[in-house]
Amino acid sequence: MINKNVNTVQEALVGIENGMTLLLGGFGLCGIPENCIAELVQKETSQLTCVSNNAGVDDFGLGLLLQKKQIKKMISSYVGENAEFERQMLSGELEVELIPQGTLAERCRAAQAGIPAFYTPAGYGTEVAEGKETRDFNGKTHILEHAFEADFSIIKAWKGDTAGNLIFKGTARNFNPCMAGAAKITIVEVEELVEAGTLDPNQIHIPGIFVQRIFQGEKYEKRIEQRTVRTKN
Amino acid sequence: MLDKIGIAKRIAQELKDGYFVNLGIGIPTLVANYIPEGINVEIQSENGVLGMGPFPFEGEEDADIINAGKQTITTLAGASFFDSAMSFAMIRGKHVDLTILGAMEVSENGDIANWKIPGKMVKGMGGAMDLVASAENIIVAMMHVNKAGESKILKKCTLPLTGVNCVKKIVTELAFMEVTDKGIRLLERAPGVSVEQIVAATEATLLIVGEIPEMVIE
Repeated sequence: MINKNVNTVQEALVGIENGMTLLLGGFGLCGIPENCIAELVQKETSQLTCVSNNAGVDDFGLGLLLQKKQIKKMISSYVGENAEFERQMLSGELEVELIPQGTLAERCRAAQAGIPAFYTPAGYGTEVAEGKETRDFNGKTHILEHAFEADFSIIKAWKGDTAGNLIFKGTARNFNPCMAGAAKITIVEVEELVEAGTLDPNQIHIPGIFVQRIFQGEKYEKRIEQRTVRTKN
Repeated sequence: MLDKIGIAKRIAQELKDGYFVNLGIGIPTLVANYIPEGINVEIQSENGVLGMGPFPFEGEEDADIINAGKQTITTLAGASFFDSAMSFAMIRGKHVDLTILGAMEVSENGDIANWKIPGKMVKGMGGAMDLVASAENIIVAMMHVNKAGESKILKKCTLPLTGVNCVKKIVTELAFMEVTDKGIRLLERAPGVSVEQIVAATEATLLIVGEIPEMVIE
């Protein structure tokens, strides 16, 4: 067994430097690597290019890095719900590239799978297609999209073992599995870290080969963005 | 004239047994509340769940189980979770039968704009561009005119496009319409609304063939 376990979040984030490109898992605030984000704020790493479906809210998730102006460029599919983000974008302090959500996921998966580029119909005829190569397949125009080239993937899983095998829970799975192994180094934080051999190999969602460093997060707030409930009659 | 619930109820009549359906944020989400008796559909949410159920009871909400609108949800028997790449494999691969989404503008050749107002609102397209580029059956739920009283059903969209030549049907507070090769055909009037009212509220040319029936909403 190759041991991927590091003891602390500080150790997990060694090597992340100013100006690097990071892939960060999560959908809204669901399944985000909250311990790593908190540590990036502490480290004051800046000029980052962050690829993440969303940009958090003002006081949680990637919003914390935005507040400290640590992000130079954001690549996302949807960035509502964040006033500071909007302010930085409109003032030109923050560079923003908005891309279709399925394209974002596939650009991660392509990087993970060693596919340099792929054709997708998403965005044809829109400003997303501007300047991109196109090609017709079966009478329909597709646009060429490229795999991400990132320095670190920072993701969150529910359970993991010391060999780096991962299991996700609910919709906290989202972009996390697609980003595993999609950058030079993949860092995983988990809610529960167990010894290798404890998890059933049949139940593993992501094999440890895609993971370089794994640790158990100190605590999880798991904030809910839109608490919607019904009342019992 | 229909309210938002009326629009959702009319769209729900378009659901067929065995459909996998993706619902956008806003009016489309309401459609889930009016699925006709005897019709079994499964709702896909692009953040990674198939078989979405109603909101949880108070105290039972789980931060790890949300829909694409980031709302806490539950799952029904037969549900499954999956990652974002697989979610869009379902969408791009045409495994989802029906997409229902909102729009700011629709044009008479079926173009849709719903993600950006330059200089005003720049939130992003989310999964909408992937959905409209691949779905074969797209129903738009929208208000017929904007707050300034201007038609949102146009000869040509003025806002940045989300997709081209893709919308199949449109349901508004005034009418039920179909996008055909020849333009937008008026199929039904909302209760109490005349053909003249609909034509007056529509910038696009409407194809009107024979008597236009009033829709039946329960």
